[in-house]
Amino acid sequence: MNKMEKALHELSEMDDLAAQDSPVHRLHPTAKLLSTIAYIAVVVSFGKYQLGALAPMLLWPVLLFQVSGVSVRTCFYKLRIVLPLVMAVGLFNPFYDRAPMLYLGGVAVSGGVVSMLTLMLKGLLCLMASFLLMATTGIDSLCASLRRLHVPGMLVTLLLLTYRYVGVMTEELAVMTDAYHLRAPGQKGIHVSAWGSFLGQLLLRSMDRAQELYGSMLLRGYHEHFHYAPVRPFALPDGVYTLGCALVFLLLRRVDISQLLGSLLVR
Amino acid sequence: MHMADALLAPAVAATMYVASGAAAGVSIHKLRKDDEPQKLPVMAVTAALVFAGQMINYTIPGTGSSGHMCGGMLLSALLGPQAGFLSMIVILAIQCLFFADGGLMALGANIWNMAFYGCFVGYYLIWRPIIRSGLFGEGKGAERARIIAASVIGCVVTLQLGAFSVVLETSLSGITELPFGAFVALMQPIHLAIGLVEGLVTAAVLLFVYESRPELLQDVQAEPGEGGKRSFASVIAVLAVVALLVGGGLSLLASSNPDGLEWALFGNAEEGYSENMGLDEESFGIESAAAEKAGAIQEATSFLPDYAFADSDTPVGTTVSGVVGSALVALVAVLISLAGGFFRRKKNG
Repeated sequence: MNKMEKALHELSEMDDLAAQDSPVHRLHPTAKLLSTIAYIAVVVSFGKYQLGALAPMLLWPVLLFQVSGVSVRTCFYKLRIVLPLVMAVGLFNPFYDRAPMLYLGGVAVSGGVVSMLTLMLKGLLCLMASFLLMATTGIDSLCASLRRLHVPGMLVTLLLLTYRYVGVMTEELAVMTDAYHLRAPGQKGIHVSAWGSFLGQLLLRSMDRAQELYGSMLLRGYHEHFHYAPVRPFALPDGVYTLGCALVFLLLRRVDISQLLGSLLVR
Repeated sequence: MHMADALLAPAVAATMYVASGAAAGVSIHKLRKDDEPQKLPVMAVTAALVFAGQMINYTIPGTGSSGHMCGGMLLSALLGPQAGFLSMIVILAIQCLFFADGGLMALGANIWNMAFYGCFVGYYLIWRPIIRSGLFGEGKGAERARIIAASVIGCVVTLQLGAFSVVLETSLSGITELPFGAFVALMQPIHLAIGLVEGLVTAAVLLFVYESRPELLQDVQAEPGEGGKRSFASVIAVLAVVALLVGGGLSLLASSNPDGLEWALFGNAEEGYSENMGLDEESFGIESAAAEKAGAIQEATSFLPDYAFADSDTPVGTTVSGVVGSALVALVAVLISLAGGFFRRKKNG
């Protein structure tokens, strides 16, 4: 499977996940979008040494994973490329911030290590939250929700259209790349002599097709904006969920639950 | 160059969202004014193509490595800066939402670093002036040379700006302990090399479009006069010189001598530059007063001012209770997972 086929596979996997049914899937997309944004904002607002206070924030994605039935393994598989990059920046912290911060059974742990772990945990939590949003909300519902939040129609329509064509274009390029490599075995990428023509050919063809596509859209009654499939109205449970999430996040931001729990056991 | 959420403080992320949002608003306004509704499907298809095209590996001759193309310059050369910018926003949004490439909170910053520079700076300050200039003379050959020069210079410059913004945004967020100078010295040379390769690939694609359908390219004359033909070798030679000049100049400034940049930012304290930048020399590095300053800004602007950072720098758990508490949290997480599994099994019979 080449890189593009893998990307296609991941896209369809996300579509499949979003098409499942669970209490989380049934929530209003706007509620999920707002609570995810609130979650990420609160997570990134934690101080760089507040590892203990940040830890309870892990419970929200864990709970969502369980209620939605989305596999944690799928999530980590998707994050396998991105996660090390987030970690990479934090890796420098232990070298620059060496002052001991706490002692664990006689072993000194420097501030840099704590800030590195905090950064890694933050990265992981944010990525999990975004993943859960997309795994439980399809792109159509998300776009309809963005429109409700007054994101300009042109941008939303463009997002929706582009998402649809990403599948078509990636598939076409995957076939082209395979065909090229079958004719040029052992060659790592596209040879310099074909740099322009390889993508250029498809580009020209596609831009012409887009014009025809616009014609057919007009014939089907398109007039500047799409009519979205009716999304059910924002009901009371959605509001309760959004508000509840926001309140819990704020509480966790304000009160160091780990410290509190720990002090119950340790004097 | 995609930034993750964890690398940004909320205040910096929000500022970048506002900046990118403003640029998007202006672009949408301009496109509406031009009233070209048929542009939307073209934008979508081209954006999708660029999205997929960025996954193609182009072999760099003479080396074992490969490069990719530069989306921002390609899109603004084909669609114009405003339509190109919106298309880039959509590409970045899809990468963020479906491939976890860059975070949801960091999307504003990513749009600024990759789309704004690539489309607006790349088009208005590089593509258009070079293409409209009489550089390299008259005729088709000269036009080709101008396209190559604009693509390469555009990609190199916009990538350098983007990389520098990444460093600036991360440093202002007070996330990494890596000193500003060292971070710059790490980022700029890498992106110089990437920019050169991306520029060459982009130039190749744009040249192909120029040969077949010149009217598709912004500002390029559809029917240039004949004559003044230039061999491809000479174009490459010109390109090499341009690339070397730009690359050499920038790397001198940014990479091999990061102190030069530090000097540029901090060295002229007596002339008030430091004050203008809102930074001072001590703010580099380990103690990172820049981080504190960012914290102060954040405190003033954050929507969670009460949860300020006054005590955020205090050690987490000088007592063991923090550690024990975290272990309890982990235990709760495991219990939730076990309960979830139990209920699912029960449901499935």
